[in-house]
Amino acid sequence: MIGTSDSAPAPASSADGPAKSQPGRSRPAVLWDRYGILGVLVLLTAFMAFTAPNFFTLDNAFNIARAASINAILAAGMTLVILTRGIDLSVGSNLAVSGVVAVLLWTWGMPAPVCVLGGILTGAAFGMLNGALVAYLALPAFIVTLGGLTYLRGTAYLLTDGRPLIADDLGFSLMGDGFIAVLPVPVVIMLGVFLVLWFLMRFTRFGTEVYAIGGNPEAARLAGIKVKQTLLKVYVIAGACAGLAGVLFSARVMSGQPTAGETYELDAIAAVVLGGTSLLGGVGTVQRTLIGVMIMGVLSNGLLLLNVPFFYQLIIKGGVIVLAVAIDGLKNWRR
Amino acid sequence: MSTPVLELSGISKRFGAVQALSEVDLRVSPGEVVALLGDNGAGKSTLVKVIAGVNPADSGEILWEDRPVTIAKPGDAQRLGIATIYQDLALCDNLDIVANLFLGSEHTTASGALDEVEMERRARELLDSLSVRIPSLRVPVASLSGGQRQIIAIARSLLGDPKVVMLDEPTAALGVAQTAQVLDLIERLRDSGLGVILISHNMADVRAVADRAMVLRLGRNAGDFQVEDTSYEEIVAAITGAADNPVARRSGRVPVAGTEDA
Repeated sequence: MIGTSDSAPAPASSADGPAKSQPGRSRPAVLWDRYGILGVLVLLTAFMAFTAPNFFTLDNAFNIARAASINAILAAGMTLVILTRGIDLSVGSNLAVSGVVAVLLWTWGMPAPVCVLGGILTGAAFGMLNGALVAYLALPAFIVTLGGLTYLRGTAYLLTDGRPLIADDLGFSLMGDGFIAVLPVPVVIMLGVFLVLWFLMRFTRFGTEVYAIGGNPEAARLAGIKVKQTLLKVYVIAGACAGLAGVLFSARVMSGQPTAGETYELDAIAAVVLGGTSLLGGVGTVQRTLIGVMIMGVLSNGLLLLNVPFFYQLIIKGGVIVLAVAIDGLKNWRR
Repeated sequence: MSTPVLELSGISKRFGAVQALSEVDLRVSPGEVVALLGDNGAGKSTLVKVIAGVNPADSGEILWEDRPVTIAKPGDAQRLGIATIYQDLALCDNLDIVANLFLGSEHTTASGALDEVEMERRARELLDSLSVRIPSLRVPVASLSGGQRQIIAIARSLLGDPKVVMLDEPTAALGVAQTAQVLDLIERLRDSGLGVILISHNMADVRAVADRAMVLRLGRNAGDFQVEDTSYEEIVAAITGAADNPVARRSGRVPVAGTEDA
């Protein structure tokens, strides 16, 4: 009974095509899974386009993307960490330290590329410290990175003596306010980060390993995956993303700010969860995180243009996050 | 009857004050399904872990194709050609069938990217060769039935070309039809010349597919039966110890010589 008994057109099991109807799941449920969050973004954008003055312009689209780029880069790295059942609460403070280091290097007379690289490597190094503690000492990620949130903030203050570090003619300020053709540089960088991580997660062994660890760490270990090493890499990537975000932040404000990035880790986590990535690990993608980031960005920008008072903005944004997670929860209930 | 592919003799294992196994013998030949039976705490799991290299034995001899070998760690067992399929730990629910089959041994193209096309082709080939029909290999394993999941787990162990496959309670928690699917697969493994060690609590499964039943009781051999010529009651008696008297032991050992093939 070697099977060709399916009379239906052969299930063209293309590698990236949508899976055929899954047993036990209704078609709307599958569609919601796949495109629901994108639909939310489209609806929200349409609503703002019709109600908010000056919302639906190319300039404003770039404004939204540029404002969201830093959160997006943090959220991209955060997605990988959350996929492994972890969390990284230190990325906001890591952003501050890395941004300060980049400006510090500039004030010491280093060439701009060295400053940029120095900032990114600083972030990656602290990410590696997190990862080593989580992977090799098996400490809980929440606690390790909560500690990081605090001591990295302290480090940022220490490096600048608690004051903003002003740099004249910051050599990499183009990374904050430059354009490539019509695209703002931070938006191009953001897209580049997502492209790289999307490729890594979708087409490489590393990506499969990350998903496997999030799905069933014990099975991953038994299959011969070097779980600890992969975890370490994931935290290094999250740290490098924080470092890059720090460089962009400094470039944008043309100074090293020790207070930069406060509570950014929470925005990043919110964007990841909005994108449908499960905090239980193993399920989610970086491209969906990008949609989550854009939902937050469109919401902030639209509410601003609608002149909604700031207090209400906070309430609405928080409500949207809870609502999104609630819808996700209901979906899982029905299963 | 061919020579055993795996033969253990006089295996003992002690955990602190507990003698988990004492002088246990076990052998399995190519194309033979041996059921490993015993009550809770009889030493089945310990014996499985000895064979899989997870918990090496304190003493005793292991022969692999008539050569003495030591199995000190899981890698040793795998290199010899012993595949172990554990009850719950085998699969990642969030990954699709292809990714699960090749987990840890993914095929890559020259550029280092995953070769999804090649992996899917190999997966389809493998499942076809086992006469397993699953419509799409790209659905997450979570959406499969328990029987299909078990089959995927078994299929994955076959990628390493093992000679002995050890299954820990493969039909526990499966429905009737799904159990039948898994038992079918076990028969196909036997027919393709693999030695199969089946750990089970389910006497119906044992009677359905096993050639021999090896009973452990309190860490000792408590009987070795040709399933064909043994009644359900005799095996249960060996498991519970009701047969623990010289007459019953004698009758239990007579068929061990195993002269007739079923």
